[in-house]
Amino acid sequence: MRNYSALLFASGLAFLLMVIAWQFTIGGAPMLIGNAILQQAADELGAANLVTSVVLGYRGIDTLGEIAILFTAATATSLVLSSISGQRSRPAPNTAQSGTILISSSRLLFPLLLTLGLYIVLHGHLTPGGGFQGGVILAAAFFLPLLAVPGHGVNHSGLALVEGFSGAAFILIGIIALFQGNAFLQPFMGHGAMGSLFSAGTLPLLYIAVGLKVGAELSGLLANLAEIGPAHPVAEISVETQSVKGSAHQ
Amino acid sequence: MSAMELHWLLYAAAFGLIVIGIIGVVTLSNIFRIVLALVIAEAGANLLLVIAGYRFDAIAPILSGSSVATGVMVDPVPQAMVLTSIVIGVGIQALALALVIKVYQHYKTLDLREIHQRLMNDIDQESGVRPLLSPHKPAGKRPLPEPQTVTGYHDIARGGNE
Amino acid sequence: MIWVVALMVIIMLTAAVAVLVVESHISALAATSAVSLALSVLFVVLKAPDVAMTEAVVGAGLSTLILALALHRILQAQPAGEDNDA
Repeated sequence: MRNYSALLFASGLAFLLMVIAWQFTIGGAPMLIGNAILQQAADELGAANLVTSVVLGYRGIDTLGEIAILFTAATATSLVLSSISGQRSRPAPNTAQSGTILISSSRLLFPLLLTLGLYIVLHGHLTPGGGFQGGVILAAAFFLPLLAVPGHGVNHSGLALVEGFSGAAFILIGIIALFQGNAFLQPFMGHGAMGSLFSAGTLPLLYIAVGLKVGAELSGLLANLAEIGPAHPVAEISVETQSVKGSAHQ
Repeated sequence: MSAMELHWLLYAAAFGLIVIGIIGVVTLSNIFRIVLALVIAEAGANLLLVIAGYRFDAIAPILSGSSVATGVMVDPVPQAMVLTSIVIGVGIQALALALVIKVYQHYKTLDLREIHQRLMNDIDQESGVRPLLSPHKPAGKRPLPEPQTVTGYHDIARGGNE
Repeated sequence: MIWVVALMVIIMLTAAVAVLVVESHISALAATSAVSLALSVLFVVLKAPDVAMTEAVVGAGLSTLILALALHRILQAQPAGEDNDA
């Protein structure tokens, strides 16, 4: 009965959406703001990749909010997961040997993935890609050795340090722009030659900060999900509160 | 390329993904599958946003060579928003999965209705109220409720059903 | 080019239906990844290379990895003797 009403609801929704789609036309002129950005972005920011100039130049505060949401989600995930392993005794890390193929290919792929990730981060203002994509590739590169050699452990405090400093650098660049008389996060430092690596003012610096932050955050998240590494500090805190609760109950 | 056919194909893909995702969220009973259905619905929404910025006979919004725009370009604003949406989506997904893992470790099941039933029982037990006996189920299979002195909300809600 | 779009749309919708109906959780996860991969090809056709790259890296790569790790932990927490879904 529940399924029938759900299917009825979904088909009604599909009908409604198709009626709306009938009104739309695809491939028309872009919206006013898009047109204005297409005409002015090259002269105002000097970045070859216009999506980057939208993400970091025109919608920089939006990107700051996005980083904040990602940080909150990663923190909440590690909080939820480590409060579980705090209650039960954390199982000993699996030290069994992985296969030869996984170990040797992870050794081969690690420098390649690292290079690719850094390339994508550094060229975010010239070619497709940028801090988010490159950061994810960096996180994958650092997760691969953990997958091949379980029980290797991950340095959570080092990751937190990288994450904190890169997040602070992003906000610091925005505040420096304020001191120069611009708006918050408005790019400065000139344009440079369009298409060269050192161009587009502070946009590459912002993308490097984003890339390091995303990479550190996601590798910490993956290590937490894979249950690798020493017990997280959060786990100890939750254990303490548990014991306090228990003693108060007695 | 026929513009009309492309138009319908793309809209059918986007709305198909959204509707399939919503059907999954509403009808499935396994919470892990519900997370997967949410991922699919999100992919459809992203596709719809990118379609909104598409133009025929336009090039990707990346300048090459001189700073003069060499041709008509697609709208970069929806693409930037989809970029944001994809990255936030994976964060939300990780949080949802952490909650799924926690629920499984506590209740040892992934079935939505069973989890709901046991959660309600837990709440009833904690607050000292006799569990609510559903009037929709035949009374044959369940044990008779033992006499209890506590009169809670559920006793009143059950009314004269027995 | 319309054939590329048609092929990708068919793959995407088939994989999306498969996510809802297949028995095994691992297969459903792989189907989700296939949806993301076909979607990233569609983004390239739609002249959105940035979005295509993000979808391929995040949607087809990282998201699948996170889902697989979560499934692994769920199976680890499974009480011994039960092996109903995997």
